[in-house]
Amino acid sequence: MSETLLKGVRCYGDGEPVDVLAANGVIAEIAASITPPDGAEVIDAAGQVLLPGFVDLHTHLREPGREDTETVATGSAAAALGGYTAVFAMANTDPVADTAVVVEHVRRAGEAAGLVDVHPVGAVTVGLAGEKLAELGTMAESAARVRMFSDDGHCVHDPLIMRRALEYSRALGAVIAQHAEEPRLTVGAQAHEGTQAARLGLSGWPASAEESIVARDCILAAHAAARLHICHVSTAGTVDVLRWAKGWGGGKDTARGGAGFAVSAEVTPHHLLLTDDRLAGYDPVNKVNPPLRTGADAKALAEALAEGVLDCVATDHAPHAEQDKDCEWQAARPGMLGLQTALSIVAETMVRPGLLTWRDVARVMSERPAEIARLPDQGRPIAEGEPATLTLVDPEARWTVRGAELASIAANTPYEGMELPARVTATLLRGRITARDGRIR
Amino acid sequence: MRHLLAAEGLDRDTATELLDTAAGLKQTLLGREVRKLPTLRGRTVITMFYESSTRTRVSFELAGKWMSADVINVSAGGSSVGKGESLRDTALTLTAAGADCVIIRHPASGAAHRLAHWLSDTPAAVVNAGDGMHEHPTQALLDAATLRERLGSLDGRRIGIVGDVLHSRVARSNVHLLTCLGAEVVIVAPPTLLPSGIDSWPVTVSHEIDAELPSLDAVMMLRVQAERMHGGFFPSAREYAISYGLSEARAALLPEHAVILHPGPMLRGMEIASRVADAPNALVTDQVANGVHVRMAVLYHLLASEGADGV
Repeated sequence: MSETLLKGVRCYGDGEPVDVLAANGVIAEIAASITPPDGAEVIDAAGQVLLPGFVDLHTHLREPGREDTETVATGSAAAALGGYTAVFAMANTDPVADTAVVVEHVRRAGEAAGLVDVHPVGAVTVGLAGEKLAELGTMAESAARVRMFSDDGHCVHDPLIMRRALEYSRALGAVIAQHAEEPRLTVGAQAHEGTQAARLGLSGWPASAEESIVARDCILAAHAAARLHICHVSTAGTVDVLRWAKGWGGGKDTARGGAGFAVSAEVTPHHLLLTDDRLAGYDPVNKVNPPLRTGADAKALAEALAEGVLDCVATDHAPHAEQDKDCEWQAARPGMLGLQTALSIVAETMVRPGLLTWRDVARVMSERPAEIARLPDQGRPIAEGEPATLTLVDPEARWTVRGAELASIAANTPYEGMELPARVTATLLRGRITARDGRIR
Repeated sequence: MRHLLAAEGLDRDTATELLDTAAGLKQTLLGREVRKLPTLRGRTVITMFYESSTRTRVSFELAGKWMSADVINVSAGGSSVGKGESLRDTALTLTAAGADCVIIRHPASGAAHRLAHWLSDTPAAVVNAGDGMHEHPTQALLDAATLRERLGSLDGRRIGIVGDVLHSRVARSNVHLLTCLGAEVVIVAPPTLLPSGIDSWPVTVSHEIDAELPSLDAVMMLRVQAERMHGGFFPSAREYAISYGLSEARAALLPEHAVILHPGPMLRGMEIASRVADAPNALVTDQVANGVHVRMAVLYHLLASEGADGV
């Protein structure tokens, strides 16, 4: 395998610049100055930040079923360009990823693309219908080795089904990722229930619909001694519930897979950056589930991510066809692109205001998600002998988002025309350059 | 004025000008045998109604026809809309065919805004004839016109809006327009029929209709839609009528000069007692009559070129 030499990088954004040599899939050497071996690709990365490759616990790759909006291959490209080395592909495909056949298809498509480790998420219930457990064990034992299950897009709302799923997953060493939305409280919901929705005449999606499920599931997980992950936390109230839940088990350490009470949670870049103020023109590029909330919610989420109450950032990358977005608000599908903008939005909302250092970014975008998903070779330290699974970031770059230039098939994005800081300049997966300077390798 | 999408954002001068034009048109037409002005001759107005509506569609149609515009009515049932064509494509098609103005009624909040966005490269004007739970600006204008006829200036007038404010586009438009014209608005409804976030509205909120009626100059009773009655927003139609309906006894609490409005269609015996609806101070038919003049004024301001004759 070819060798790659990264020159002048600052690992985790700390300390003196060093050279990092990747060879045979691992970090062969880290030193003040390394002479390039013959044939090695040299990346002059003076002033750039080297981080462990990003891990996204929440991606919609739309294959099978909606290959007109994204495929495993195009989504893998978007992921690599966004600095990701592992993504978890949600189960709400068509057919639903509720059998070994479907998860194995997704896994193989990911291997064929070869740009990022694609881990299929299995459905918790058959057809995401919330009524009957899917064959979690068969999916776990399949070639896809599924370790995360979620009905994302739908809430596992029946408390008995959720209890059984949590209990059953324990034997599989798996985690249940919950889309927390009490469906009885969100019938017809179109926007965050608050002043904006009241003004615009949009049916409200109340914060209580999320918070009540999170509280319930934390309690169910504690009693089941199971691992629970909360998808896309969007409200300040959920942060309060999680803070309580993590403390209740005897401190944050229980959330790291210890005995008893193990709950983790993710926040999306869009819930950190965007608020329901953007709904004024009814442009459905801003429609997402859970909905964009208030500025106060976004602030609470950023603080909770800094504090560790929220464990990690996950994109909820959700491509949709033009006709499903350029229509009336009510008719539009919820979801937005996220893989190629995540790092920049974290830089904008967390690093620039001083809430996170680049060292912390490694934690929330790589190390914690890898731990939650129990990936042994992702989110590893940047040290000699470790996998050369790395992301190189130019922290000083600024760029303007153009949906048509993103790798996804769908091109609509709420960030269109927005100028953002920081850019991924190279991504390495086990020593292989998957993306460099905005191009796929 | 390029479009009329909402009462929110209308400034006092524009709103007053529209109402003055409407009053002028009403005077002009009064007693005429042939109610036809040449103002919009050669202009094409298309109404697109994605919800059934008789009074609003007819009112807009008359407004256009009384000003000699060619008015074409498209309904969701009898066109390619029924075949699954998107709103965007339908609008672009109709505009390409030559519409100068598109009047839209749609069940989705914001549909008129989207339409204006899609038609931004064309000269066509968009009029919102009711979008979901958002706004119904010409209803607010006709209500204001009716109130001005009876009460004069709305400055400092106290106007109650009673009923399902949560789902009501009429309430939203009236809150914006009436407060813009200087009136105080009192909202009366059970908490389940108020939007979360109403605290930010420039209104007073009450759950006690009897306490409010004696100080009102006008009360507007909103229709209670059948689906709300079964949606658990209140225990029963009977209890709603008892708690919030404008009974004869309640109507007697109003000051002598106060007037009663209802956007229609009325549910007699539910939100308003039958005799109250027919009382001399109930202005329901005045509202309908003023609706045509207000819509003429809107079309005039959107479509008539500078120095147009006929008004």
